[in-house]
Amino acid sequence: MIGSLCIMLSALCCLTIVGFVAAILGDIAYYGVHLLSWQFLTTAPSRGMTEGGIFPAIFGTAFLVILMTIAVIPLGVMTAIYLHEYASKKSRTVVWIRLAIQNLAGVPAIVFGLFGMGFFIQFVGVGIDKAFFAGHLTFGQPAILWAALTLALLTMPTVVVSTEESLRAIPAAHRDVAYSLGATKLQMIRRIVLPQALGGILTGTILAVGRGAGEVAPILFTGAAYFLPYLPKKLNDQFMELGYHIYVMATQSPDVEATKPILYSTVFVLLALTFALNFTAIWIRSRIRQRLRLER
Amino acid sequence: MTAPVAVGTPVLETRALKVSVAGKTLLGPVSLDVRLGEILSIIGPAGSGKSTLLKVLNRMTDFEDSLQLEGTVLFRGQDLAEVDVIDLRRRVGLVFPVPTPLPMSIFENLAFGLRLKGVRAHSELMQRAEAGLKAAYLWEEVKDRLAMPASNLSGGQQQRLCLARTLTLKPDALLLDEPCSGLDPISTAKIEEALTALKREMAIVLVTNNVKQASRVSDNTAFLLMGELVEFAPTVDLFTNPKDKRTEDYVTGRFG
Repeated sequence: MIGSLCIMLSALCCLTIVGFVAAILGDIAYYGVHLLSWQFLTTAPSRGMTEGGIFPAIFGTAFLVILMTIAVIPLGVMTAIYLHEYASKKSRTVVWIRLAIQNLAGVPAIVFGLFGMGFFIQFVGVGIDKAFFAGHLTFGQPAILWAALTLALLTMPTVVVSTEESLRAIPAAHRDVAYSLGATKLQMIRRIVLPQALGGILTGTILAVGRGAGEVAPILFTGAAYFLPYLPKKLNDQFMELGYHIYVMATQSPDVEATKPILYSTVFVLLALTFALNFTAIWIRSRIRQRLRLER
Repeated sequence: MTAPVAVGTPVLETRALKVSVAGKTLLGPVSLDVRLGEILSIIGPAGSGKSTLLKVLNRMTDFEDSLQLEGTVLFRGQDLAEVDVIDLRRRVGLVFPVPTPLPMSIFENLAFGLRLKGVRAHSELMQRAEAGLKAAYLWEEVKDRLAMPASNLSGGQQQRLCLARTLTLKPDALLLDEPCSGLDPISTAKIEEALTALKREMAIVLVTNNVKQASRVSDNTAFLLMGELVEFAPTVDLFTNPKDKRTEDYVTGRFG
C-alpha cells in the first residue's frame, strides 16, 4: 500500500519535471518559430531592436566560442595528460590540483566574470598597454579576447574531466606494448594515448562550447556590448552575443513589449544551437563507448 | 645445479639476481644463462616469479618503483643497467600473455616498432612486416588484408601477429610470457614451430604454465618455486632425472 503510494509519488515528480520542460520548450517554439527566416538570421537589429535580425549576435557568439575553444583545448588536454600520465598518483600536489579543478567547476559564473575583469583586463590588458602601446588604451578594456579567455577558464574543468575519462579507458596493455617495442614516454603518448583520447577530447570540447555559448555572466564585464553597428574584427573589439542580447532585449530595450517576438525567436535560436551541440557530444561519446566495448 | 654446457654465446646472463618489494623476496637468487641457439623455458606454479624475471630482462621493471633489484644481469656481456633502455627493449623483445593488437591495421601494428625507431620508407616497413609474418607463420592467412583492423583477427592469429610485431625489430633475444595460455592447439603448434625455427637467430626465453610445452620445445628448463630457482638443467635431464624432489613432483603433476 505504502509502496505503491511511493511509486505513484515519484512518477508524479518525474511527470512534473517533464511537464515543466515541455511547457518551456513548447512556449518558446510556439511564439519563436514564426519570426524565424533566413533574413532574421542574417541581418542586424534595427529601430531600437524592435525590427531586423540577430546576425551580429550570432557572429559574435561564434567568434567568441572559437577563440574560447582555441584557448581551452590545449589548456584542458595538457592538464589532463599531466594529471593522468605524468603526475605520481599519490602526490599531494595532484590531490590539490584535482580539488582545485573540481572547485573551479562549482564557482558561480558571475565570479568568473569579475575575475576576468580584474585579472585579464585590469592586470594583463593594462600591463600590455603599458609595455607595448605606450599606455594607449588598446587591450586594457573589455574585448572579445578577454571574454573568450574568461569563458575558457569556466569551461576548462569540462575538458579536463572528459579527457581524463578517455585516458582512463585506454588499456594498460597498449601502453606496455608500446614501451616493449622501444617507445619513449613522449612517443607512447603521441602514438597510443592521443589517438585513443581524441573522442574524449572532442566530447569535452563540444560540451564546453555548448556551455560557453549560453553563459552571460562571465562576458558581462569582459567584452559583451549592448549594441554595436559593426562586427568584431580584431581581438580587442567588443562584440554582441546571443545570451546577452536576450538579456538586453528583455530588460534594457527602449520598448520591451515591442521586442517580444524577436526575443522569443532569439531564445529559440540559442536553445537550438546548444541542444544541437549537446546532442552531437552525446552521440560521439556513445559511439566511442561502443567502439571500446567492441575492442575489449 | 650447474649450468649446462654452452652451445652458443650467452645473450642474457643473470648473476645472483634478487627482486624484492618492501623487504619481501619475490624472486631469487637466480643465476642462469640464455644462449644463442637455445630455448630456455621457465616453469613453475603461479606466483613463483616467472613473469617478474622476464620483466627484469627487458627492464619493464623500471616502471615499478617499489621493486628492489640486487645482483647483476648482463646483456651480451654488458651490465643491463648501463644499456640504453630504449635500445635494450628493441633488442630484447617481449610477447605478452594476452594477445594485445594495437587499435590500428595489421600493417600499422607491424610497422609500429620500426616507426618509433624512425624508419619511414614504405618498402623497408613492408619488407620487415612480411619477414615477421612469415617467421610467425601468419603470412599466408593475412597477406591479402594487411589494411584490415588487427582486432578482426582470431585470438590465435592476434598472438602470432604480436610475435611478428616483435620480430620486425630483429631482436637478439625474445621473451615470451605464457604466449599460448589462451590459444587453441593449432595456433599453439604454429607458435612452437616458429620458436624452434627462430632459435638459430635469437636467444629465446619461454615462460609457460604448460609443462608438456616446456618438454616439447626447450633445450634448457628452469623450475621456479615461490621465487626460488629450484633447478636449472638441460630439459631432457630435468624431466627424466630431476635432482630435486620438488621438481619431480611438479613435472609429474603430483604437485601440491
